[in-house]
Amino acid sequence: MAEAAAPLLRAQKDVAEHDPTSEIMELQMGPSHPATHGTIKFNLTLDGEKILNCAVEIGYLHRGFEKMCEQRTWNHCIPYTDRLNYASPLINNVAFALTAEQLLDVEVPERCQYIRVIMSEISRITDHLTCLGMAATEAGAISVGFYLMESRETLYDLVTAVTGARLTVSYARVGGVTHDLPHDFAERVRAAFADMRRILSDCDKLLSKNRIFIDRMSGVGAISTEDAISYSLTGPLLRATGIPYDVRKAQPYSGYDRYEFDIPTGTQGDNYDRFSVRFEEIRQSMRIIEQALNGIPSGPIRIDDPQITLPEKKQVYGNIEGLMNHFKLVIEGVKIPPGEAFLSVEGANGELGFYLVSDGSGRPYRVRVRPPCFFGMAALGEMLRGCLISDIITTFGMVNMIGGECDR
Amino acid sequence: MAEADILSHIETALPGTIQEQHSSHGNDTIVIDRGDLPTVLSQLKEHPDFAFNLLLDITGVDFFGKEPRFEVVYHLHSLTHNHRLRVKVRLTEESAELPSAASVWKSADWLEREVWDMFGITFTDHPDLRRILMYEEFRGHPLRKDYPVNKRQPLVEERDPITNPWHKG
Repeated sequence: MAEAAAPLLRAQKDVAEHDPTSEIMELQMGPSHPATHGTIKFNLTLDGEKILNCAVEIGYLHRGFEKMCEQRTWNHCIPYTDRLNYASPLINNVAFALTAEQLLDVEVPERCQYIRVIMSEISRITDHLTCLGMAATEAGAISVGFYLMESRETLYDLVTAVTGARLTVSYARVGGVTHDLPHDFAERVRAAFADMRRILSDCDKLLSKNRIFIDRMSGVGAISTEDAISYSLTGPLLRATGIPYDVRKAQPYSGYDRYEFDIPTGTQGDNYDRFSVRFEEIRQSMRIIEQALNGIPSGPIRIDDPQITLPEKKQVYGNIEGLMNHFKLVIEGVKIPPGEAFLSVEGANGELGFYLVSDGSGRPYRVRVRPPCFFGMAALGEMLRGCLISDIITTFGMVNMIGGECDR
Repeated sequence: MAEADILSHIETALPGTIQEQHSSHGNDTIVIDRGDLPTVLSQLKEHPDFAFNLLLDITGVDFFGKEPRFEVVYHLHSLTHNHRLRVKVRLTEESAELPSAASVWKSADWLEREVWDMFGITFTDHPDLRRILMYEEFRGHPLRKDYPVNKRQPLVEERDPITNPWHKG
């Protein structure tokens, strides 16, 4: 009898000595996880549900953007830049074109600058709406997600009216943009904005006093100002910690110094501040677009230089010089003098920079993009230390990692 | 401080370290020796007149066929003074290594991992130098100019779905 009971007693003793709740657990989350976009892996060290350490692995969406660009002419790179941050492709287009123009030492006509500002700001709004809508959905507020997606769709209609595509816009060119705005564009924008202001105020009411939402976001994933600077965070992530750094104000490009707008900042550097900063930025972007639509001058939308921009179709089909010009520019590309330039713009997630090196041929020698969310991912482990597993979802949503840009 | 005199100011604050300097397309650039890199970078960050507290970018350029072959390029921004600087270090192919800046800026950790991954440039005393965008089994460094653009290194053998369909019959 005593012998038969012994193994059972030993098993009970093992359990008592070996308390599974005190065990440190290793857990791999992703890359095949619905919240990690399929492109990120978190190697978690857990004490119960508390995160002791979170090592982030990226690179699952690496497609060799920089190597591909070296094989193509300057304007061929524009469609590739669409695929970096596909939630705000127009900003990427404009950033690349601006850097190439800096190498050429040329400035686009005033109307083109206004168009670029308008389209960049529309892109910023669509990016923020995607980020906020998805973050709200992931935190359980799915109706907010639907409202914001509905609002985003009206903006995509505007983008389609101008560029012909929703996401893969390829709208900017070195020295200008492809098309002018449609004649009824201003009215359509105003109608869309009236609609959007209503939706935004609805969502604001749904969330800003919502206990569940505030509990999920406030105080979660916080980072100190000092760490945020050391991790090179920019954009909403840095502004949420209280630093009013915005490239549009600090290093104005495309005539951003003409517009009046505020830089919203937070105080805690947590997810709630990031959410509020983005929410307010949507309103500021609308302000900029309305000012731009009021002040937009008429005139050409690209530089009139046969070395840089394509000739009118009438010339291409009508005379041999136009045809030759078109052929040379398409096959050989714009000849950009040797040199290097780094220019950054305010992307939706932070500072988006391009470092371009030219050797004087029609192709870039080196294209380097400074992806804003790369730095957010590097800092994610720091933000999540001490948080719970469920906080990964909201924090990751607020960093707004876009795989195409982070992994290039 | 006006942007025009950053370069001369650095020259006086850090004498003998600047090998070459120029200013083109609105970007001020200094070229320094890799031995001076840790002192120059930490001085640029700590010195109140420069205060380059934001490391924007670290990247490499491969000038294949020229000597020295590699350039490592740092882009710095100062949130205090709102000015910018580009710092360059030139490296030969035989000794493609330089000191890490990970102790100065935390973001340098991942940026340097990417430079190592893409160009094979080693950062000595880096806390965790391993590949970041490519996979562990990958051979070579893809952004080097002598890495063929069409070279493939699949981990799982590639399958032609026409001649070798997923399900047979």
